Amino acid sequence: MRHLKSGRKLGRNPSHRKAMYRNMVTSLMEHGRIQTTEAKAKELRRIADRVINLGRKLPLSALEGLEGEALAKARAARVHHIRQARRWITDRAVLEKVFGEYAERYKDRPGGFTRVLKTGFRAGDKAPMAVVELVDELEVATETGPNADEVEPAAEAETAETEEREESAEDGASDAEEPVEDAPAETSSEETGA
Amino acid sequence: MAVPKKRTSKSRKRMRRSHDHLEFTAAVTDCPTCGEPKLMHRVCPSCGTYRGRQVLPPAE
Repeated sequence: MRHLKSGRKLGRNPSHRKAMYRNMVTSLMEHGRIQTTEAKAKELRRIADRVINLGRKLPLSALEGLEGEALAKARAARVHHIRQARRWITDRAVLEKVFGEYAERYKDRPGGFTRVLKTGFRAGDKAPMAVVELVDELEVATETGPNADEVEPAAEAETAETEEREESAEDGASDAEEPVEDAPAETSSEETGA
Repeated sequence: MAVPKKRTSKSRKRMRRSHDHLEFTAAVTDCPTCGEPKLMHRVCPSCGTYRGRQVLPPAE
């Protein structure tokens, strides 16, 4: 019986699988968006969501205003979270990103930090492929990808249709263009190349 | 051993095989953005959009 046996084996032994997940989580956190097979993408969600959650439980901003024992406790908890996250993240800079940038970005989102989009079939073995992305990364990618200038009119019209982006699209061109210059343009471009 | 008593006629053979064909079952729709046919629940391969968002760079 399959009871309580969750997860995919992906044709790898446990150590191979774990090593692969660590690499994938680290890449996802580094770039915000990675392309992989559908099965790996779906597995990655479990771990990536957990790692983001570790980061957002106690963002640095939550430590402000604490004093004495409460502060010491919160700090200790945060250190523990960092150590737990370090089991999945192989890169110091990426770890800092998870506990800084992503912690702030996702502090009010109750889970569901990743999105899997199916993208078709790989040339060579027809493996079903997918893009995994951190949920708010898409907006950045839309506005700042290498193809941003080519697709701008279409992308703008389309994002206006989706609920979250509605307001900012209507706010006028000057507001909309600001993040284009600030945000890192390369984060999502390379690995999404068709 | 059981053996056919009569040769199967062309007609019988063809009638038997009338169901031996592939059916087109893929869930295909027209992309709401560019109008090209695309698989449902998948990013459009021609324009790279999904549910109104630019997800991938459009195909050349």
